[in-house]
Amino acid sequence: MTIEIARHWRLKSQRYQLVGEVCPKCSNKMFPPRDVCPECADDSAQPDFKFSGRGEVYSHTTVHNPPDGYQEMAPYTVALVKLEEGPLITAQLTDVANDAVKIGLPVEMVTRKLSTQGDEGLIVYGYKFRPQLATA
Amino acid sequence: MRDVSIIGIGQTSVGEHWDRSLRHLAYDALAAAMRDAKLERADALYVGNMLSGEISGQAHLGSLIADFAGLRGMEAIKVEAACASAAAAFRQAYIGVASGLQDIVIALGVEKMTDDVGSRLTAGLASAADADYEVIHGITFVALNALIMQRYLYEYNVTREDFAGFAINAHANGAGNPNAMFQRPISKKAFMKSGMVADPIGLLDASPMADGAAAVVLCPTDQAREFTDNAIRVKGSAVATDSLSIHDRRDPLWLQAAQDSAQRAYRQAEVTPEDIDFFELHDAFTIMAALSLEASGFAERGQGTRLACDGEITLEGKIPITTRGGLKARGHPVGATGLYQIVEATQQLRDEAGDNQIANARLGMTQNIGGSGATIVTHIFERVS
Repeated sequence: MTIEIARHWRLKSQRYQLVGEVCPKCSNKMFPPRDVCPECADDSAQPDFKFSGRGEVYSHTTVHNPPDGYQEMAPYTVALVKLEEGPLITAQLTDVANDAVKIGLPVEMVTRKLSTQGDEGLIVYGYKFRPQLATA
Repeated sequence: MRDVSIIGIGQTSVGEHWDRSLRHLAYDALAAAMRDAKLERADALYVGNMLSGEISGQAHLGSLIADFAGLRGMEAIKVEAACASAAAAFRQAYIGVASGLQDIVIALGVEKMTDDVGSRLTAGLASAADADYEVIHGITFVALNALIMQRYLYEYNVTREDFAGFAINAHANGAGNPNAMFQRPISKKAFMKSGMVADPIGLLDASPMADGAAAVVLCPTDQAREFTDNAIRVKGSAVATDSLSIHDRRDPLWLQAAQDSAQRAYRQAEVTPEDIDFFELHDAFTIMAALSLEASGFAERGQGTRLACDGEITLEGKIPITTRGGLKARGHPVGATGLYQIVEATQQLRDEAGDNQIANARLGMTQNIGGSGATIVTHIFERVS
């Protein structure tokens, strides 16, 4: 359905750059961004905060029975990743064998194809996480 | 605020009803509840349902079911809160009677899941989670629970085997429930050998999808005698919410909405967990049974599986759970489940639970969980006589 394009387009800075927010009152760092801080209920304008994309696996599982739009990737591993700035984020893991994933595995954000949607085959891109590459 | 009682119950069997449509299932349960209460009319109908729009292409259930049941003109609306839809509908019915705005009110839960199968049904169920930040990543409902269970195993140093007792107990109790989808006991060996659905969740950790409908009729307690001699009082009623997504929770291993709704229900009922004779909890997956026992005050944090290992959850145990099979064996027609729990609690308190009867049951509790814990509805019921 073509109409879905706007739904994904408006989240481009989250999907491609992990842009969240930081609460000006209590310094709580949030991803996804939201209008009201869940810690202190402050709703003042919050500056954009770009997360580093680094973190570690908090929990993980492998999906064998995927929903519509994800069949071609199955089986795939989804994880809760604890970002180094604090928040948890839900995402797929990539570039790693499903049975090689352990809690605590250091990971980093990359941009990948998330799904193919609808009869027209709209491709949705966004963040996944892969094991951190060793830095030189 | 008026005191409220249940004066009628009805249910269909849970299973694959290929020959019955959504409206027929709904009518069967509703008509049975009205017959049980010897009623011909009611003031309002609250319909709990999650997926009628996605699966059957049918929204607007209030009007559809009221009309189909011969109650055209009556106030009727649908209530949706994912898998907690039915208990949420019951809560609305309770509020209607307690407030004095309505006298005779029907709460109905109905789900017709077999009108679709496979990946579209999987996608429909996933819509209980955050569409933009969970579902877009290919998450499924099983996967959400698996993420919680995986971390639970790591954090509390327990194993998959420690959860076996929940499934074994549910199936043992399902064997005594003629309306249950599965009426055969399972062994620990079968549990351990069952294939992985989403690790560490195996097939026998998971409740089955199914069709079904259940209904109750409520009225003010001081009018209940006109209809029945075995009215069951609603002693505590509460709904609490948490973040829709797991990643937004301060502690993903703690069902805050279960704690909040249970505490509110205990306060209203003026009881503590020690007073509860049995607990119909939401064992969509075995991990949810453990988390529900912990957050509701029956076990310490991280100790929920101990009750299952020690046999405390059986019909003779300290806190019997899923006494008619639970979601695991009775089956989980998602938006109807909360009312199956309430119908079953009413059966226990009326001494109508047959082979599964708990001796001297006076206080029963039900807890219906929506999504991965984002809406949790807790009720406490009391035998009046």
